[in-house]
Amino acid sequence: MKIDRFWTFVFALGAIFATGCFLYAPLNDDWWLIPNVSSVGKEIDHLFMIILAITGVVFVGTQIVLCYVLWKFIDQPGRKAQYVHGQMKLEVIWTIIPASILVFLALYQMGTWAKIKFRSSLPKVQPVAEVTGRQFQWVFRYAGEDRRLHTDDDVFTVNDFHFVQDEPTVIHLKSADVLHSFFLPSLRIKQDAVPGLTIPVWFDSSSAGKFELVCAELCGWGHYKMRGNVTVHQSQQEFEEWLKKTKAEQDRDQIALAKAANGG
Amino acid sequence: MSDHSHGHGHDDHIHPAPASFLTKYVFSIDHKVIGIQFLISGLIMFWVGGLLALAVRWQLAWPWKPIPIVSGIWAEYGYRLPPEVYNKLFTMHATVMIFFVIVPLLTGAFGNFLIPLMIGARDMAFPKLNMYSYWFMWPAIILMSYSFFAPGGSAEAGWTSYPTLASFTWSTTGSFNGQTLWLASLLFAGVSSLMGSINYITTIIMLRAPGMKMFRLPMTVWAMLITAILQAFALPVLTAALIMQLLDRFIGTNFFAPANWMVANSGNVVGGGQVLLYQHLFWFYSHPAVYIMILPAMGMVSDIISTFSRKPLFGYKPMVFSVSAIAGLGFIVWGHHMFQSGMNPALGATFMLSTMMIALPSAIKTFNWLGTMWGGRIQFTTPMLFAIGFVAMFVIGGLSGIFMAATPVDMHIHDTYYIVGHIHYVLFGGSTFGILAGIYYWFPKMFGRMMDDRLGKIHFLLTFIFFNGTFFLMHIVGMHGHPRRIADPTVYEFLRGSGVVGMNQFMTINAILLGFAQLIVVYNFIYSLFFGPKAPANPWNSNTLEWACPSPPPYYNFLKIPTVYRMAYEYSADAVAPVDYWPQDQPASGESVASSH
Repeated sequence: MKIDRFWTFVFALGAIFATGCFLYAPLNDDWWLIPNVSSVGKEIDHLFMIILAITGVVFVGTQIVLCYVLWKFIDQPGRKAQYVHGQMKLEVIWTIIPASILVFLALYQMGTWAKIKFRSSLPKVQPVAEVTGRQFQWVFRYAGEDRRLHTDDDVFTVNDFHFVQDEPTVIHLKSADVLHSFFLPSLRIKQDAVPGLTIPVWFDSSSAGKFELVCAELCGWGHYKMRGNVTVHQSQQEFEEWLKKTKAEQDRDQIALAKAANGG
Repeated sequence: MSDHSHGHGHDDHIHPAPASFLTKYVFSIDHKVIGIQFLISGLIMFWVGGLLALAVRWQLAWPWKPIPIVSGIWAEYGYRLPPEVYNKLFTMHATVMIFFVIVPLLTGAFGNFLIPLMIGARDMAFPKLNMYSYWFMWPAIILMSYSFFAPGGSAEAGWTSYPTLASFTWSTTGSFNGQTLWLASLLFAGVSSLMGSINYITTIIMLRAPGMKMFRLPMTVWAMLITAILQAFALPVLTAALIMQLLDRFIGTNFFAPANWMVANSGNVVGGGQVLLYQHLFWFYSHPAVYIMILPAMGMVSDIISTFSRKPLFGYKPMVFSVSAIAGLGFIVWGHHMFQSGMNPALGATFMLSTMMIALPSAIKTFNWLGTMWGGRIQFTTPMLFAIGFVAMFVIGGLSGIFMAATPVDMHIHDTYYIVGHIHYVLFGGSTFGILAGIYYWFPKMFGRMMDDRLGKIHFLLTFIFFNGTFFLMHIVGMHGHPRRIADPTVYEFLRGSGVVGMNQFMTINAILLGFAQLIVVYNFIYSLFFGPKAPANPWNSNTLEWACPSPPPYYNFLKIPTVYRMAYEYSADAVAPVDYWPQDQPASGESVASSH
């Protein structure tokens, strides 16, 4: 039965491939978690690493045992299989240990979860914008100079989201038609936009720059291109300037439109 | 055969076998024929679902490049796949694979074929209901297939069909007619499953042969029983959800439309319902359905591993309790599909705890499979290779599930390719490997001929390699942020890098090779059906009752209802040495085992 030894290598190879992928992943920016810029993202990545470490050890452990068993207990002439039906002590051990690890993992996540999503942990700031997902665009409604939404000086953008570095930022997320999902991979933020609900979402970014907004919930034929640009400004002042400029453009366009409508 | 029926008086109930072709092979009430009907139709649909997946993979690897063979359909768009058709492809891939392949193969094919044989019964409790269960699949298959040609094409709201994308006809082309056909089709499939599950429960409870106590049942039968119970309790909820969505579409009930909601700025105010209600109802069925799609495979793999380790199943009772625990916990974890849905986050915290706990029975089962092989005499037959493959790959699918059970981590990986990788390690590395193990293992019993073992091993080797090549990197691109269900990943800058593009192409090439590798089993199946060597009654020296009757079993299975003396896993018992198996229906010492088999 020499040829059957070959199968141990096949299963080992599968395990080595899987382990190798995860060992290589951190070395390649395209493979690893997209670089994180948010404070909750830091916690999420930390939790990810803990689960990866625990599952990694369990995975390598079980695969080593599997390959050892396949190699060692291969059918050979003259060897008899053990006549055993189980062992209570082993069953208790391999029930209690994974159970405690799993309960630990669940409890360990709770704090971060509460911090991100519970209404009670929402920063007490005015929402920077109301975000409405529609087929197939993100409409942003910013509070104007009066810092209040739904007033005459609101500023609108499409697929263009701006906020300020290091400031806890709140948006009100809505949907105009079907489900969408507001996904900022670099900030580890994801929240579905649900017709009929206004869901507050908060996040922050420790670095300024350009990022991408993804629609993560299937919303129709154009779902794949429901992409938004995200700009994180270095300072409140820079953001205000951008807002003022956008407002000016909006006013000019609206005046032009009004003129056009009146035949002028 | 020694006389061991002790006069249990079932013997006079044998009805004459049907004589006409129509009642024998088409509208048959014989559980074995029905099982094989489910097997063949499931395997055919497997090709349909698989080819849909290859088109999806092609588009992801080479977005908008003409798909070989079929791109002529879209000649007027420059041979490019329209994005709504891409959405139809993955929607129908998942729908076909789940409702027409894995569920019917595991419960319909193996459940039907094996339950009566393994418990020592002549047929199901309700043979006619069993026949209806199969024939109710056909309206489902026909409606679903027709939907491709209906105006607007097939459904394209994902296999989950969340409102309002699915429920409002204007929201996308597939929601015009395709969604109606999708809902109607699944209602038929659901009724089919429900008829099957009622039959399985009744049969297993009522028709066990004398001596077949519940704790002597093979794991396959235990798994089928628990699966049937899951189906019977969860399906009504799905049925309700499907009907409510139909009502929303046709008579404006607005179960799944929010209050005072202005439809797409049309000035038409509707509503009064709740969008998330559908998700709750859907996952209340569909999470248990995930276990419906894996438990029978777990049961079959348990039996196969014990047989080819020539060793009793390690921890039979813990295994039974684990399966039952999965069934119980399976009903209180549905919310983990909805962590980011807008559901109350406090609810998410409780669902996280229950979800973590459901990983436990799966872990216990894995350890027990390893314990079964430990100290055994492992025979590397084709069914055993697929069963070991199941254990090795299911570990990956189980462990990757812990990441998404953790609500904060799920925030990043939810709706990404990480989830797609996870589900395929469970449903392909798990369920499908289990199905293939079962086909190779029970083929001799089903058709009376042996499959070619060498071809089987080549098939396993290629499947194992290309399976991992196709699906493992999905975890990697997923954690990088690659969303699922997008027709063109290169729209996003962070998915345009050579690493992501390269991985997508690598996965697609492997998927195509994985598809080609399946031609080997098709050839092996068809060739062996006609030209394979004749199978003896018990080719694997196995203990369970189906091997006590000839291959293939005659109409009504057992001339005399067997009496069961012990549990299913008495391998390598000293009492019968040097024979290393001790069938459940053998009354006496080792000599009589050796002489009668």
